[in-house]
Amino acid sequence: MTDTGSREIILTGINASPGISIGKAYIVDIEGVEVIKKYFISEDDVPDEIKRFKRAVNEAKQQMLTIITNAPEELRDHTYILETHKTLLKDKMLYGKTIEAIKNEKVNAEWALKKVVSDVKSMFKNMSDSYLKERATDIVYVSDRIMRNLVGAESEKIADIDKRVILVANDLSPAEASQINLERIKGFVTDRGGKTSHTSIIARTLEIPAVMGLGNATNTIENDDLIIIDGTVGTVIIHPTEETLLEYGVRSVKYEELKAAITRDSHLRAETADGFQLKVMGNIELPEEVVSVIDYGGDGIGLYRTEFQYLSSPGLPNEHELFDKYKDVVEVIAPKPVTIRTLDINGDKAFSNNPDCMEANPALGLRAIRYCLKNPDVFRTQLRAILRAAAFGNVRILIPMISSYEEILETKRILAEAADSLERERTLFNRDVELGIMIEVPSAVIIADILAEEVDFFSLGTNDLIQYSLAIDRGNRNVAHLYHSLHPAIIRMIKRVADVSRDKGIKLFMCGEMASDPINLPILLGLGIDELSMNPQSIPAVKSMIRALKVEDARAFMKNIFKQNTASEVEELIKKTYGSILFEKVYARRKAFGDRA
Amino acid sequence: MPELSRDVIVINELGLHARSSAKIAEIARKANYNVWIIKDKKMVDASSILDILTLECIKGSIITLKIDDQSDLDILNDIVKQFELRFGEIN
Repeated sequence: MTDTGSREIILTGINASPGISIGKAYIVDIEGVEVIKKYFISEDDVPDEIKRFKRAVNEAKQQMLTIITNAPEELRDHTYILETHKTLLKDKMLYGKTIEAIKNEKVNAEWALKKVVSDVKSMFKNMSDSYLKERATDIVYVSDRIMRNLVGAESEKIADIDKRVILVANDLSPAEASQINLERIKGFVTDRGGKTSHTSIIARTLEIPAVMGLGNATNTIENDDLIIIDGTVGTVIIHPTEETLLEYGVRSVKYEELKAAITRDSHLRAETADGFQLKVMGNIELPEEVVSVIDYGGDGIGLYRTEFQYLSSPGLPNEHELFDKYKDVVEVIAPKPVTIRTLDINGDKAFSNNPDCMEANPALGLRAIRYCLKNPDVFRTQLRAILRAAAFGNVRILIPMISSYEEILETKRILAEAADSLERERTLFNRDVELGIMIEVPSAVIIADILAEEVDFFSLGTNDLIQYSLAIDRGNRNVAHLYHSLHPAIIRMIKRVADVSRDKGIKLFMCGEMASDPINLPILLGLGIDELSMNPQSIPAVKSMIRALKVEDARAFMKNIFKQNTASEVEELIKKTYGSILFEKVYARRKAFGDRA
Repeated sequence: MPELSRDVIVINELGLHARSSAKIAEIARKANYNVWIIKDKKMVDASSILDILTLECIKGSIITLKIDDQSDLDILNDIVKQFELRFGEIN
């Protein structure tokens, strides 16, 4: 190898687009035009100088139009940013002010532009919103283009790159990113940018690995250096050793294989080898995430968290805003079900402007259903929005933090009121909605037989159930290691809820993290849970694990599980019994994906 | 006489970001007279993307659109319509 003697260097940045690439680096030097000369012009020359500036702007406009028209098909969706840049060219604050500066200060166009840009830039840099802060970059892209036309600098033509390379750049403007001959590019490495920068969005769309925000990669990496980029975890390895190369070679092949396998399999049913079907659903927070649930082969939404809309704006959202979002989700995934969990505000997420929420012990305080029952107007507004959305698909209502029977009765009363009011107003809605409760407080497990009389389903919220049952705050480092979903107490609690559900003929779901870890599946299957819901990325692995199991075996296996005294013994037993399946379906996969759980 | 101003709520997910501001600016530049956007007593020129961005209008913001002359009513309606259409954002 040519670079023996060079030490292996590992850089860590932002994992902007997943995947692994090994290849030669190609440094793109697209620094802005650096040295701007300042000179004064005479009164008579002002009109000509303005004309010169206008010409540069028009040229820039033409260049952008050309880039937009020539953009490859798959990037059409991203050219809007170029359209925005085109409009920005003639923006009063940029265009108008530069012309003013030429006139008033009698300076050359370059200097006038530079001055205006730096003013505008600093204005944006001082904004609190991170999105707006980043808009300073758009202004720089646009002004750089005008500046290049003014001073006549040749910009490097990245459109001409014709080697299979990993592109290393300080930053790429959307225009530059769209010009790249993408079949040629194996990856992106940039000094600046982040997960929401346009280049990383493009990289993800095209499934090209990218690591960004490395700081000074352009100085550390040299042209033709052999580099490895791992966009899944965000590392770049310069001068890799033979050993590292081999390791990543294997990882890269595995990654591609598994990616292909996942897209192939994720839409197959989660049916065990002996023909038992389990529904595997997705948890979402934002309406947009419904798309990834569909992509990863989810059978519906098992948990739609609704807090975001309440926390993202200063006031409470109105019924229409809520309805809009719910309807979006419900319509997109119909006829598959959407389980909407009503407001589950808790201590650390409490309304910023509501001092009532300052509690010494928020986890045991006024949260979730307790808050809603104390603020029936807020609750009614949400329930009305849900009932209205239910007219557009398959909706289930899930009530969090139920710890007593009265809470269900009270909830049902308010729900009936909401439905009655909609009926009186002759608003389109659906009264016939399944109502279920989260089982996440130990008291609910114990009185599950009483609660089951009033609801259509239970959903086990294991995160809270474990925290409350084992009296462990997972955020507390001193005790976090005691948090264990396979604790014999937890398994017995789930068994109790499962037995009650079976007796009373109601469905049992699980939407906590416990559902997403394949190691727990033999137990969940053995206890008889009907539906699992998890973050969308976990769906394919769980589905593939289910297909390798048998219900009959799992049920028999439970007898042994109940003989174990500790969480570690339970885990050992699962590994001993199901280890080979687990390894094949899960751990090999995780390794290829960069040990992402 | 028809109203020369309209209150609108920013309902699209991203708020008045670069793309939506560009759409407003493009329409406002066709007006005969000035078109204004007012938020929290701050008034800016609707034909400037950068001006609009400085208002920091996130989703849920309530803003007032104002024209100086009746002849620009169509422009006003056009802009209001863009708000209703969420600027073509796919949510």
